[in-house]
Amino acid sequence: MSSSEFLSQFLFTLISFAILLTLVGAVKRMLLWSQGQSSTIHWLGLLQIPRRYLVDLHHVVARDKYMSNTHVATAGGFVLSSILIILLYVFQLKLQILTWALLGSSLLMFVGSIFVMIRRRNPPPNLSLGKWQRLPKSLMVFSLSFFILTLPATGILPSDTGGWLLAVLLVAGIIWGIGEMFFGMTWGGPMKHAFAGALHLGLHRRQERFGNGQSTGLKAIDLSAKKLGVEKPIDFKWNQLLSFDACVECGRCENNCPAFAAGQPLNPKKLIQDMVIGMAGGDDAKFAGSPYPGIKVGTHKGGAIIPIVNVLVESDTLWSCTTCRACVDACPMMIEHVDAIVDMRRFETMEKGQTPGKGSEILENLSATDNPNGFDPSSRMNWAADQNLTVFGHDEKKQEVTEADVLLWIGDAAFDMRNQRTLRAIIKLLRAADVNFAVLGDAEFDSGDLARRLGDEATFQRLATSNISTMNKYQFKTIVTADPHAFHCIKNEYVEFGGNYNVMHHTGFFADLVTENKLLLDNSKELALTYHDPCYLGRYNGEYDAPRFLLESMGVKIKEMDRSKSTARCCGGGGGAPVTDIPGKQRIPDMRMADVVETKAEIVAVACPQCNLMLEGVVEPRPEVKDIAELMLDALIEGGIENTGEGVVVNMVGAQL
Amino acid sequence: MSNNNLSVISLVSIGEHPTSRRPRRAEQDARAIELGIKLVGDNLQTLHAGKLSDDPSQQTALRSYLGMGLSEIHLLEMSENADAVLVIAEYLKQQKIDIILTGVRAENGESSGMLPYLLAEQLGMAMVTSIAEILSIDEVNQQAEVLQALPRGQRRKLKIDLPFIASVDMAAAMPRQSAFGPAMRGQFEATQAATVTDQESSGWQVADAKKRPKRLKIIKAKTAADRFKAATAKASGGGGKVVHGVEESAQAILDLLVEEGLV
Repeated sequence: MSSSEFLSQFLFTLISFAILLTLVGAVKRMLLWSQGQSSTIHWLGLLQIPRRYLVDLHHVVARDKYMSNTHVATAGGFVLSSILIILLYVFQLKLQILTWALLGSSLLMFVGSIFVMIRRRNPPPNLSLGKWQRLPKSLMVFSLSFFILTLPATGILPSDTGGWLLAVLLVAGIIWGIGEMFFGMTWGGPMKHAFAGALHLGLHRRQERFGNGQSTGLKAIDLSAKKLGVEKPIDFKWNQLLSFDACVECGRCENNCPAFAAGQPLNPKKLIQDMVIGMAGGDDAKFAGSPYPGIKVGTHKGGAIIPIVNVLVESDTLWSCTTCRACVDACPMMIEHVDAIVDMRRFETMEKGQTPGKGSEILENLSATDNPNGFDPSSRMNWAADQNLTVFGHDEKKQEVTEADVLLWIGDAAFDMRNQRTLRAIIKLLRAADVNFAVLGDAEFDSGDLARRLGDEATFQRLATSNISTMNKYQFKTIVTADPHAFHCIKNEYVEFGGNYNVMHHTGFFADLVTENKLLLDNSKELALTYHDPCYLGRYNGEYDAPRFLLESMGVKIKEMDRSKSTARCCGGGGGAPVTDIPGKQRIPDMRMADVVETKAEIVAVACPQCNLMLEGVVEPRPEVKDIAELMLDALIEGGIENTGEGVVVNMVGAQL
Repeated sequence: MSNNNLSVISLVSIGEHPTSRRPRRAEQDARAIELGIKLVGDNLQTLHAGKLSDDPSQQTALRSYLGMGLSEIHLLEMSENADAVLVIAEYLKQQKIDIILTGVRAENGESSGMLPYLLAEQLGMAMVTSIAEILSIDEVNQQAEVLQALPRGQRRKLKIDLPFIASVDMAAAMPRQSAFGPAMRGQFEATQAATVTDQESSGWQVADAKKRPKRLKIIKAKTAADRFKAATAKASGGGGKVVHGVEESAQAILDLLVEEGLV
């Protein structure tokens, strides 16, 4: 028997055996996922895998051009080679064209693997080492072995080239390559990401995310369930467990996480890996990436039916998250870190009653007064005593109305003197544009954003249903609010409770008014200005353009920060992070202000009351913080309506209503 | 502390939020529960005298005690005009209780703060007011050492014989957070209480309390720094002194009246 005949027979056995083991591993892995709770199985999504992989996933990967090209070559080469290898060696289709194709695909993969190797020579800290350092070598061995193996078959080299020596080397290379690329795929090797990732793309819990869609609202839970939130890994939905397995440990989440950068004990990548450890059982000693800042790797272990918090993951890790969604947005595998964190927070708050910091006080205040700081609910409109606002209601003596074009949602800025300035500006602008609007007055409750993100789904649902039933009493076309958190809640999270509204952020609403020439802005001012994207407006709702359009309408050339739009860094004010106040090495708003200073801007425009407070909390000297509405008021040309002294406008609006 | 043989019961009322006036867990009662849980853990019994509403949204105040980790609250069902003191006393007389914990005063209703005293009288137990902590319990000698809260952060250590009633002060440890899940799953074990109508209160006239007049703080400060100091400085004590003897006491009172310009 010649060496080539031996190889051919041996390969049949080896590859068939490897595929069998891979299938066994796949079933074992699926059994791990099936420990999770039931959730809709989107079978049709499976058909979408290629498209989602090539379009949606690649869209994210392509933010790093080097890596996307490398991945196209390596993954493309591998997928093609695998198919051809199976056809050639398992089904024994000895077609010359397939041989040539395999030669090409293995070469493509080999080229890709060289770039992987180069990138791994001095790996940036966000990349995991350990088994991931082995991967480029495995890719290279796999592709090279099949390339050399195929050469004689194409006739480029005579058969039996290299004799038995080469044959032995090839056997060794193929065993290594197949072991890593096939067997390792379902037995926990780095290639697991391809297997679990593909299924995850198809069976994703948020199918709406694909094809440029959006799905950012948290999912409601049944409050009469026996257990609220996630205590153990098996309490996650099965498709969440699957999603954890899809992680490729690229560390893009880590690069974008504000809490990690601030030295708080959170690293989204480690968190997802810990969830994998929890699901499969074991300890975190083998984790080869950046640790949670301040917490040593190798000190925690977990299992599918072992409680997660303070065994596998410290509670401070969960409470460091600002829910800014930067990790989710950066994740090429479309993993939903924030969902998992909030799920675990729900258990901490609703079952254990262990919301840290001021959390418990805030939640108690929300129960008793419908606002987080416990102010007298009947003082909600005190700030507007001089504003002569029209209020929704049925009391005609108080000139209340049941109908208006716009419902102006005030939010908890009502209780904050800084953000009352923004509200006043908005009201003046609305009146200047002759908008027919009214407010809910004392009947408006907190939107529930904070409660929900602190894990108190019960309080959120109470606030949401109360607000919905209040709003449903009146007729209006649009809800306008200056608070992106309320905007997000009402727009995306009230839907599950029967609240379907046309909601606009004030920047979006004003952008329309400017386009329609209902608001005239002076565009001659030269301001050194940058714009800070609020997470809940930008990443959560995809609104990057309206604020920029407004600023440009004022003649501003925005000095964009490096981290802007979808990669904008959080101000540190979301997700209840200022409430739980987990210590780190530095403060998130300080880091963000450093980004601002870097642009040499003198003003940072914001579009969120929370960002306003966080950034103004940075010690001076620092650029001035102004809401876009305030800037607009400064630039407003009051000519659209005759004599726009406040009183006159008030009368005009009053007369219309 | 392991006090497994100890029988501790905590009396809870429905509180009222000072600004929204919504029912809630009363702050002092919650502290009493916290103290009780720390003392005997799951063995803490909890008692409420009143009616439980059928509407779940009206149960939240009582349920928020359950949310602290209690498995049940014993409910003595009584009508609105019943006298809670007699109802509770009747029930407690049949139990062997070592320690009864209450708040100092209720957050609504009569809010007289008399309940622990009247109970102590009915049950023939010792009563200690405004405790901040139970330091230790000597089960052999049937004695407890408690820390009583006095104004301005002062504490007084007291030894008291078991069984006793203690009212728990705001200075006691903050109550743990009430969690929604346990609050919803906790049980009420209701028994029909003896009907004892409160005859005294039926003849009362109820009027809103007037705010007590408050002395204006007159600050004669010339600079911002002085005003800042005046606004932030704590009132310094030390003016008071203990006076013995009738003559001296009368003189001290007279001096004060003269000083205030009242005589």
